[in-house]
Amino acid sequence: MSPELLIQQFVNALSIGSIYALLALGLAVVFSVLGLLNFAYGEILTITAYAIVLLVGAGVPLAIAAVIGVIAGIGMSLLTEVVAFRPLRKAPAYAVVFSSFAVSLIVQSLIRNVISPRPQGLAVPGWLDGVLTLGSIRIPVLAIITIVIAVLAMVALTSVLQGTKQGLAMRAAAEDFQTTRLMGAKAGRLILLAFAVSGTLAGIAGVLWILRTGSASPDMGFTPLLQAFVAVVLGGMGSLRGAVLGGFALAFVEVALQVFLPSAIVPYVQAITLLVVIAVLYFRPQGFAKKIEERVA
Amino acid sequence: MTALLEVDALEAGYGPVKVLHGLSLTVGEGETVAILGANGAGKSTLMNTLAGLIRSTAGRVHFSGQPIHGASAEQITKRGVALVPEGRHVFARLTVLENLRMGAYTRRDRAGVAAQLDELLQRFPVLAERRGQRAGTLSGGEQQQLAICRALMSKPKLILLDEPSLGLAPVMVERVFDVVRELRERDGLTVLLVEQSVVNALEAADRAYLVSGGRITASGTSAEMAGAARDLEASYLGGESA
Repeated sequence: MSPELLIQQFVNALSIGSIYALLALGLAVVFSVLGLLNFAYGEILTITAYAIVLLVGAGVPLAIAAVIGVIAGIGMSLLTEVVAFRPLRKAPAYAVVFSSFAVSLIVQSLIRNVISPRPQGLAVPGWLDGVLTLGSIRIPVLAIITIVIAVLAMVALTSVLQGTKQGLAMRAAAEDFQTTRLMGAKAGRLILLAFAVSGTLAGIAGVLWILRTGSASPDMGFTPLLQAFVAVVLGGMGSLRGAVLGGFALAFVEVALQVFLPSAIVPYVQAITLLVVIAVLYFRPQGFAKKIEERVA
Repeated sequence: MTALLEVDALEAGYGPVKVLHGLSLTVGEGETVAILGANGAGKSTLMNTLAGLIRSTAGRVHFSGQPIHGASAEQITKRGVALVPEGRHVFARLTVLENLRMGAYTRRDRAGVAAQLDELLQRFPVLAERRGQRAGTLSGGEQQQLAICRALMSKPKLILLDEPSLGLAPVMVERVFDVVRELRERDGLTVLLVEQSVVNALEAADRAYLVSGGRITASGTSAEMAGAARDLEASYLGGESA
């Protein structure tokens, strides 16, 4: 393979990886505080995507539609907490698996019935499909935008977690929820905050996702949920740094498989990635990042 | 002496399992009171119930004359009760400084928090030296001091210490009990102390209660309780202090 192509694929993996990293972070934030996975997580992206499609269809500029889309995503995330998680706080974990899964199905059916079962296309402005040429290397504008936005979002998250009182409380809660309550932090408010952060990250990922795929469909949330889950497992459940690493690792594995495997096998890429996840869960249930973190400590 | 904490016929437990069966005690303002008892007597359940982590099913708890049974852990902390939980429970992945800041979570007086932080770091040089380190890297005794300081950062009136010497090296046990005595003498705090190490507990306390089967079975000044306590220690010698 030519070095140009290798660089192009590297940027491609970096841009997919930054979406996966955002997705994984959003899933991991709630998991780290509650110890529970939100199975309606993919629907945050769905809601964001549909908000954008409908708004752009109504003539709203894309940038404004994107911001409103993210806000809609946050709303979806908070609604999930209020409807599926809060009433079952004392119930066993599997109850919340069902209730959040139910939210996911309800959202999908609502979209099918109210909007349409068919995918809705988004008219993406032409400049977003542009390509930057550096010598013989061609890099899509969208890839660069994706990486920049994702990095900015992660920097913002880090500064909130490291630099604010609520961020400190969230990190404390991720480690020991009961003791965090003993410090006087309100449990309900911390959890709501975790869902808000989760919704923001998933909403931003949703914007980047629909710009990439160009359409929204009722069941579009499943793949991102799966990717986020895979990344979180790879990185070690509940570790935020691990989730980011897991997201990038997953993207690089996927792109590498697509580039280097014979084309006949490419349709099985996702199956192969999931096999890797099963292997990780079996041999290293604590994920890859945990070990690194311990070494640092 | 006015009572700061009044516990009256308190019942609590975990789901259907009741652990406290009508426990009553009082702690006067400025007193250090020890709770003695064998494993499973209900000492930690009592502490966790007082701190609001476990909801009581019957009975009353008054703090400064106000009812706090039924209040949440957050509210109780705000009222001025701080629990140093069994096993210390420092936030291992947060730094020493961040742990202390978490202790001040409910406070709004930034200047006061900063001043107290400085004061505690001067008083506990071990913590000052390691202020930027993750709390998980501290030794057990250092973690216990951190947990106590973290509780102090909330400016409590009453501090609940649950097994502060558990699992510590003998040298550290002494250091921790020095700190416990300081809580009254220097910080002017009221202390309720649960402790397996009976001798140390009685040395630090004015009075003591003996708990068995979720009830108070004896009480008195530390001197009066020494005999009963010796029996108690003998009763769990096999398992504990060998």
